[in-house]
Amino acid sequence: MRIDCKHVWEHISAYIDGEVDPSLRAEIDRHLETCEICSAVLDSTRNVVVLIADERVFELPAGMSERLHKRLDEEMNTEPPNPDHSTS
Amino acid sequence: MTNLGAENELEIIRRILAGEKQLFHELIRPCERPVYFMLMGILKNETEAEDAAQDTFIKAYRNLHLFRGDAQFRTWVVSIARNEALGRLRKLDSRREDSLDPGSYTGSDEPAGDFTPAILTSWREIPVETVVREELAVLLREAIAELPEIYRNVVLLRDIEEMDIRQTAAALDITEGAVKVRLHRARALLQKSLAPKLKGFAPQRRVWFGRRT
Repeated sequence: MRIDCKHVWEHISAYIDGEVDPSLRAEIDRHLETCEICSAVLDSTRNVVVLIADERVFELPAGMSERLHKRLDEEMNTEPPNPDHSTS
Repeated sequence: MTNLGAENELEIIRRILAGEKQLFHELIRPCERPVYFMLMGILKNETEAEDAAQDTFIKAYRNLHLFRGDAQFRTWVVSIARNEALGRLRKLDSRREDSLDPGSYTGSDEPAGDFTPAILTSWREIPVETVVREELAVLLREAIAELPEIYRNVVLLRDIEEMDIRQTAAALDITEGAVKVRLHRARALLQKSLAPKLKGFAPQRRVWFGRRT
């Protein structure tokens, strides 16, 4: 039985992650060979996934890491990491 | 991005607990991004998220002896961050609790929304170098910020921080099945909102990327 576009869309995320079983994957691949719409949907979804993974899209605020480690130093100077077991 | 191996991680934690406190700085470096963006996604305020990030890591430091090593350290810290954010949010605005309760997820309470993708036959691959364009980064950040909370958290951990399904499920305290369903819907929503806008960034030639599986 040939799968339709809607069926392909339902599995696009799992397909991108390589998590559809081989027989379904083969069905989807066969569908993609002839369906330009689904190929474009797959391309664009895959690209969204690739683009948002780029570290430059999400950056920590300037100086945040320095401020965090400074505060941790202050904490470490007053508290052992394991106050309940400090004698062990 | 550096990620300490599981054995290294446990060894470093053992040494920190034995007195080499400064190693904690190295231990948490791979956790700073997922912790901050998880907090930012929930609290939606930079100052509040940074403050909560500091409290999260201090809690992790004080409770380090409770870490059992049955999850990755990063997963454990992200779940502390999530609890920290939800606790702060409850104080700030109790009305939002309902939409943030992840424990009640069954799969049937998902909105039966329209997840039909944006159809764009002319849309093709985008070269990764264009991502340096701030304009594009802004579009991506906005689209993610507009996602419903339960979808955004999964995208943050899975697609932005590249944690695996098991780690994502553990950090959010949901099932692996729920991670897959939410990730699928989140990506479909992002494709729908972003594909038409990204069309203007499409290059002349087609470029393929590798992608983890």
